[in-house]
Amino acid sequence: MHDQPSVRELVQAVKNFVDETAMPELTGRAGFHARVASNVLGTILRDIDTRFEADASEKTRLLDLLEAPADTSLSKLNEDLRQRIRAGELTIRSDDLMRHLKMTAIDQLKVDQPNYSALKKAIEEP
Amino acid sequence: MELLFFPLIVAKMSDLQEFRQLLQTVLKRVYGDKLRVDDVNRLSGGASQETWLMNLSGGSAPETLILRRAPQRSQDAPSSAAIGLPNEAKIIGYAEKAGVPVPNVVYVLQEHDGLGEGYFMSRVPGETIARRILREDRYAEARSALPAQCGQALAGIHSIGIGDDPALNLSQGLDQLSQYEDFYLSLGACRPIFDLAMVWLRENAPDPLTPVLLHGDFRLGNIMVDETGLAAVLDWELCHLGDPREDIAWMCTNSWRFGNIDKRLGGFGDLEHLLDAYAADGGPVISPKDIDWWEMMGSVKWGVMCMMMYESFRTGAEPTVERAAIGRRVSETEMDLIRLLEAQRHA
Repeated sequence: MHDQPSVRELVQAVKNFVDETAMPELTGRAGFHARVASNVLGTILRDIDTRFEADASEKTRLLDLLEAPADTSLSKLNEDLRQRIRAGELTIRSDDLMRHLKMTAIDQLKVDQPNYSALKKAIEEP
Repeated sequence: MELLFFPLIVAKMSDLQEFRQLLQTVLKRVYGDKLRVDDVNRLSGGASQETWLMNLSGGSAPETLILRRAPQRSQDAPSSAAIGLPNEAKIIGYAEKAGVPVPNVVYVLQEHDGLGEGYFMSRVPGETIARRILREDRYAEARSALPAQCGQALAGIHSIGIGDDPALNLSQGLDQLSQYEDFYLSLGACRPIFDLAMVWLRENAPDPLTPVLLHGDFRLGNIMVDETGLAAVLDWELCHLGDPREDIAWMCTNSWRFGNIDKRLGGFGDLEHLLDAYAADGGPVISPKDIDWWEMMGSVKWGVMCMMMYESFRTGAEPTVERAAIGRRVSETEMDLIRLLEAQRHA
């Protein structure tokens, strides 16, 4: 399949339209939703840019932490992690667990809400 | 919940005229036959409430009045935790007697008024938007006065004896944990930080304090603030009976610090000042450390609420971009939770 324009470029084009053309024309509830829509398009762009790499690191950490076979899917790994946590086998005393969860939260928040106050703190912390 | 408030689409003129006439008929009974409702405008409203501002003249009426009313055409059921507007009016009355700054309820709508459920109350001037209160110079004095004022207001609310009128739910810490855990598990979401937080909260739950009347949503956004500080406590719809630490911790939850993460109390102050004023006004002696469990519970609750709002998009019940987008705010509470859990490792 061709990619001229790419998905990323198409989303950027729509975001430009929302920001520069639609939003100034809208007021009230529609204006509010246009602002939300623009933020969502920003999230999509960041997701496109980082998901592949973030998923790969998350998977590497989980394979390590859970000592799981390399072909286990990411969603299965997370389901296993949840069960180990719920069974009390992994607790806040595990450095590896805490490091993994924090790195995953950082990567997710960089996409979802890059200006959130706790993200900056988390990146600064050791 | 700033995201849930929309400036309102203006209703059709004829509807608005009819509405104005109805309001005038009701208010004549309160303020006498000379009363006129000159103007009525919808201010804002979430799914569960409408707020209208009226300009009045004639009779003994004040110049302005607020109507808080249940939506008429909407089939949106109020959230199951909401106590209903007549009960809300009753509790605001109790709070006023206890010396808590609140709007004055002047009339509760009756069935024969034909306006649905709701009540009229005085308009308290001031600001509710958190980011303005936290950032504008004109509120500098207010920000330094607010911690003690909030402590006094909470001590007042928590001292109110309601008997059985209205009958409110008792919801202690572990009740809430189970309730939100059930919501979370029923959604089928897999967010391991929430699982870890829920396990920790269950294993480390403090003994409950004697249950008191709680406001249930005490935070910036739900209080009216003027240049001198707390002008009125608003939005009483989530009142219930429970642990006093819940009300104090909700304002400390990072989601309600609106970016000012270093000020634990609502992004504007020190928790110690609130707790000192709270104890001085008759509340139990509580230390900042006693708030930790409840602050984590606050992040769990707000995170699960975001998941539930996204769920209303996913199921098609409310297919708006705002409901979809709020699903991408769950990660804010994940970050808060992992940092709170880390702090417990060193506690």
